[in-house]
Amino acid sequence: MSEDGNGNGTGGDLGSRVRAAQARRRRHAGGDGQDGDDRRETGRGIAFAFRLGTELVAGLIVGVGGGLLLDRWLDSGPWLMVVGFILGSAAGILNVYRTVEGAERARRGRGGN
Amino acid sequence: MAEGGHSPLSQFEIHPIIPIEIGGTDISFTNSSMFMLIALVLISVFLIGGMRRNALVPGRWQVAAEMSYEFIAGLLRDTVGSEGRKYFPIVFTIFMFVLFGNLLGMVPYSFTFTSHIIVTFAMAAVVFIGVTILGFAKHGFHFFTFFVPPGVSVALWPLLIPIEIISYLSRPISLSVRLFANMLAGHTLLKVFAGFVFALSFAGVVPLAFIVALTGLEILIAFLQAYVFTILTCLYINDALHLH
Repeated sequence: MSEDGNGNGTGGDLGSRVRAAQARRRRHAGGDGQDGDDRRETGRGIAFAFRLGTELVAGLIVGVGGGLLLDRWLDSGPWLMVVGFILGSAAGILNVYRTVEGAERARRGRGGN
Repeated sequence: MAEGGHSPLSQFEIHPIIPIEIGGTDISFTNSSMFMLIALVLISVFLIGGMRRNALVPGRWQVAAEMSYEFIAGLLRDTVGSEGRKYFPIVFTIFMFVLFGNLLGMVPYSFTFTSHIIVTFAMAAVVFIGVTILGFAKHGFHFFTFFVPPGVSVALWPLLIPIEIISYLSRPISLSVRLFANMLAGHTLLKVFAGFVFALSFAGVVPLAFIVALTGLEILIAFLQAYVFTILTCLYINDALHLH
């Protein structure tokens, strides 16, 4: 980005307009301009929490669903569903663990924070 | 609108616009297909129109088009590395399609095709099957070592391998359920609160204010879910290319 931003063809002195908008925003947010970032951070947190929930449930769905299908196919009573439930729970927890591990690695990779 | 037009869920109904039936299979052109088509047209207009002038110093439109391109290119570079560049077209297509689907749903009276699990599941299945084929093409039968956790004694394999396989199979389900549930819940919530506005007469200002805030949140979620769908696609590609 050039300092003056004059050559963009949309008119106006872009640089000074950006500075004015930033100053206005700082005043709005009470000093440090963290307001918008904060809200975005909250949204990302909600999305991440929801992601963990679906990871957990998805493991269970596959485990129990697969168990039920195998039960119907092999006519083996509820037993494979029970096994599928246990393995599915384990897979769900494994999913959650992997997701958090990956997020943690990404956060550390970005340099603390 | 048909009967039950006041239900918060009637917005998700699918109506055929041009009924087509081939061999007993209903493949009508529905409102869902129409909005997918609108999304495709809008994406094409956005990208082609933005790059039409192809100026060295871009205008606002061109900056927006370039930003979306660079955002996904950067995402792919960070998660997969330079080998991921080959898969940019599919990842970018998925991102734009989901994003425009989510955002189109925020237009009043429109239809949100990403709020149907069959749509999101079809996309997740394409990603899942594609990534699995990619893994086999790249590593052959060596790909099966992906299901063996490293550094675990052989005695635990019979227990851990099924868990790993279930975990792998649950990927398309978590991918599709997340997007679908977010869209379905958000749009239903909006409609439910919109019903309160009318029912409460003057006090309806309160839910109305809430809807305004919720609309902002929904737009944020529309972006976030498109982002999450895309980054998980990148992560799965990375897993298939590098195994563990």
